[in-house]
Amino acid sequence: MSYISLSEKDKKEMLARIGVSSIEELFRSIPDDLKIKKNLDVPDSLTEPELSRWMDEIAHQNSYHDFLSFLGAGAYSHVIPSVVDYLSSRGEFISPYTPYQPEVSQGTLQIIFEFQTLICQLTGMDIANASLYDGASGAAEAVLMANRIKSKPKILVAKSLHPQYREVIQTYTKNLDLSVIEIEFSDRGEVDYEDLKEKLDEETSAVVVQSPNFFGIIEKLERISALAHERQALSVVVVAEPVSLGILEAPGKLGADIVTGEGQSFGLPLSFGGPYLGFMACCKEFIRQFPGRIAGETKDVDGKRGFVATLSTREQFIRRERATSNICTNQAWCALRATIFLELLGKQGMKELAWQNLQKANYALNQITQIGGIKPRFQGEHFNEFVLEFEKPWAKIEGFLLEKGLIGGLSLADVYPELSNCALLCVTESHRKENIDRLVALLKEVCS
Amino acid sequence: MTKMFHEPLIFEISGEGKKGFLFPKLDVPLKDNILKDIPSREEIDGFPEVSELEVVRHFTRLSQTNYCIDLGFYPLGSCTMKYNPKINEKLASTKELLLSHPYASEKWTQGSLGILKTTEEFLKNITGMDAITLQPSAGAQGEFVGMLMIRACLEESGNPRKIVLIPDSAHGTNPSSAHICGYRIQEIKSNEQGSVDVADLAEHMTEDVAALMVTNPNTLGVFETDIKKIADIVHSKGGFVYMDGANMNALIGMCKPGDMGIDVIHLNLHKTFSTPHGGGGPGSGPVGVTKELEPYLPFPIIEKEDGIFRLNHLRPKSIGRVRSFYGSFLVIVKALVYMLSLGPIGLKEIAEIAVLNSNYIRKSLENDYDLKYKTPTLHECVFSDKIQREHGVTNIDIAKRLIDYGVHPPTMSFPLIVQGALMIEPTETESKKDMDRFIDAMKQIAQEARNDPEVLKNAPHVSYVRRLDETSAARNPVLRWHNKPGEK
Amino acid sequence: MYPDNFYYTKDHEWVKTDGDKATVGITDFAQKQLGDVVYVELPQSGSQLEFHQSMGVIESVKAVSDIFSPISGEIIETNEELNDSPELVNENPHDSGWIVKIKIKDEKELEKLMSASEYEKFLEGLEE
Repeated sequence: MSYISLSEKDKKEMLARIGVSSIEELFRSIPDDLKIKKNLDVPDSLTEPELSRWMDEIAHQNSYHDFLSFLGAGAYSHVIPSVVDYLSSRGEFISPYTPYQPEVSQGTLQIIFEFQTLICQLTGMDIANASLYDGASGAAEAVLMANRIKSKPKILVAKSLHPQYREVIQTYTKNLDLSVIEIEFSDRGEVDYEDLKEKLDEETSAVVVQSPNFFGIIEKLERISALAHERQALSVVVVAEPVSLGILEAPGKLGADIVTGEGQSFGLPLSFGGPYLGFMACCKEFIRQFPGRIAGETKDVDGKRGFVATLSTREQFIRRERATSNICTNQAWCALRATIFLELLGKQGMKELAWQNLQKANYALNQITQIGGIKPRFQGEHFNEFVLEFEKPWAKIEGFLLEKGLIGGLSLADVYPELSNCALLCVTESHRKENIDRLVALLKEVCS
Repeated sequence: MTKMFHEPLIFEISGEGKKGFLFPKLDVPLKDNILKDIPSREEIDGFPEVSELEVVRHFTRLSQTNYCIDLGFYPLGSCTMKYNPKINEKLASTKELLLSHPYASEKWTQGSLGILKTTEEFLKNITGMDAITLQPSAGAQGEFVGMLMIRACLEESGNPRKIVLIPDSAHGTNPSSAHICGYRIQEIKSNEQGSVDVADLAEHMTEDVAALMVTNPNTLGVFETDIKKIADIVHSKGGFVYMDGANMNALIGMCKPGDMGIDVIHLNLHKTFSTPHGGGGPGSGPVGVTKELEPYLPFPIIEKEDGIFRLNHLRPKSIGRVRSFYGSFLVIVKALVYMLSLGPIGLKEIAEIAVLNSNYIRKSLENDYDLKYKTPTLHECVFSDKIQREHGVTNIDIAKRLIDYGVHPPTMSFPLIVQGALMIEPTETESKKDMDRFIDAMKQIAQEARNDPEVLKNAPHVSYVRRLDETSAARNPVLRWHNKPGEK
Repeated sequence: MYPDNFYYTKDHEWVKTDGDKATVGITDFAQKQLGDVVYVELPQSGSQLEFHQSMGVIESVKAVSDIFSPISGEIIETNEELNDSPELVNENPHDSGWIVKIKIKDEKELEKLMSASEYEKFLEGLEE
């Protein structure tokens, strides 16, 4: 296929105007010894029908969707209303550029402004940005931001923060004068307060916790924020499952200074890990250290309301090496989908969504823990995920479930050696009662 | 159409009790008091309540206030705003791809892994590099990954070094990315042709320099003809050459960065490889490296063994992860479909026509606008507002007036070495008719600058909103809607 | 245009002396270059500065500029009005748009600076 829009006549006329006889002449500046002498060694072009067939074949090598799955762990299976796909597929949303010329980008900018507002409302914070790449890099940017604000060399990170998020924080901080120290978790699955108190000191820039955390446990944010503030450290809260914010109190009302997280649950498919949607919000006094693009309200010369990308001097294209982040392209179209999702569901829908997740996960956990040989690993309160500990080897249980067409959960042994015979399960509104009952029945069969 | 309404914020059309989406009734027995002592909320304060129709109209109307490629030309230098093929969108919506969970065992995701691996092979071929990671979410993150790998490799030999050399014509993400890796930036001058001043480079290239970050062709659209010599100078002192591949559109199928002595290169799938910009992302910034740097790639890497794809996390020298999971998967799918669709001939045609189109526009406007550097350019060219400044007109005024002519303005915020820059890159997908319309508009604007500068200074006149007050927006930021009166 | 009793730097700052106190701001040329000033990052009172040390940042909508200390000394006062009214730098760069007051450490350093006429010549040289 070729997407060129020039006729042969056009090309001739253009070459004539330029004053060369061939296109080749225009590449004179590339030295001969660098020019490739033959065509690229890649497969011959495919037409649209052939491409569809090609994709069909390779996509069919995926079989995950044939299973009844209880996987979560930072990527959640939630409903995606038809309106989200319909509206976001408009060419005016897919094909525009970044809104550097606000007069012709009001759609993009107003939607960003609405997205920022919704994130502020969900998190209980003053300011939000237009998006970051994903929850993991968001957590890393939050750590860097906290360090810029406080200039202290230590960051405390809960071990119950998503393992991949902790890996990304490691990558982002290893060349800076910053030490990242982990806080243990207790038998409740929450942050170990004794460990936190011991490690918190006046050299700490921030305490970073996830809630609900990787184990699905809801952290006591007010208590953690208070402890952090006592030592003049910032409280950074990461929310990987923001559906929970439909029912849980906003972290901003519980002392959080910076809230960041993953917005995939808001209308983005699992799509093998990307593109996802990082969000971040903070208190207004930290605005100048806040990374990412921000849309602001203003007026035009006729007094009409409009929106612009503002406070751009924080960003790389102006501040270059002293920018708050090097981020340029972010996840605007994903934020658009999330905005449609959140506005469509609205107050009632978000509450109902959170409520159903909570109830169904709770039902599942109650049914499962009546089975001998399985118990909940942690005593804390959970949202839509929980960790089960098995007497029999998880490999055997997992294998049995797979044979029956179920993916039971994520084994934790690789990432948390102390949780060796444990699995993390997620139950969302997308699981019907008969799905959960089937899981319970099969677990009963294999565990007894 | 757009003048018929001024669309309010969704919060301003919200009304208590309106519902936009319903869930099936809860089918498990209801349990009271689950949350006990956990702080919870009755409702999300200020969240909108609207109907489905209101949502559809709201977004449909807002969409109509956006300029977009599907509507018209974007002569944005260094952005490569080419047409986004629709088959890419369709195939990226394939059910089996949308539903695949990134934590699922490789057994169940061989298709997704196969797609990633095939993309890697394509990009290795196009760039001439030995290994690729698809993990970075955008070009800037790719730059970060590239610089981290350079640093890790140098650290292993005992000295990460302190400085990164960056040409004064570079994009802002270059110094920003180097800085986060713990490096100090030293600027290298451009010569009269707008290329890297090789003497200035040689003077600054010491054993304290970790790398040179170079864009080729550079941000002026000029091919760095001395690139091999430049690479030799850097290598002779043990440094690495990082190439910002944002301008790959001029080189694809013509030459390979791997042959130029480049050690690391990042690509922008949302530029050269046609994936849509979406109003500011998502993008994808794969990074290609030489064999020497391969061990430092982010984990996991995808390997093929006995016909099966596996994820390998055991990479002791890896710089780590920069994001969750494997990358912007659906964006990668779109780029792969594009490359499969074009094949070797189509891929080469990109560069041929991109360069033809750009030179056509350059030739057509060289008598109307000042061209600071007369050097031959490839896929983009940079004019300035020097001539128009004599009438008090700046590049911003020219840009805003272009909007009245139905064209998106060119890039203006860089390169910093051209004051009042107008960086133009038509890409290969533009028609002659649309380019001629742009050229005519620019010529008319040049005339207006002489005869009627006020009409430029007050532009745009016919857009959905006119020139916006960016000063107030920065002095008194209003960054969200507020539901309580009096609250700031 | 440029007050005769001020000293000037190549970075477009001006200095007005009053005994051992120096008031510092940016020149009219600088404010024109920057455009509408939206924020001024002021240093802390009490900070000790060396000659040509960065002591703050001025932001306009599309640009950022360091403010370099034209002399060594201690910051004794900063213009807090700029927090609410950064536009003073544009409206009155040589007067109410002042930025800091410094206690002069070494008067000899003033000899390194330019006079009004030298600064005006310097500006002419810039507009090649």
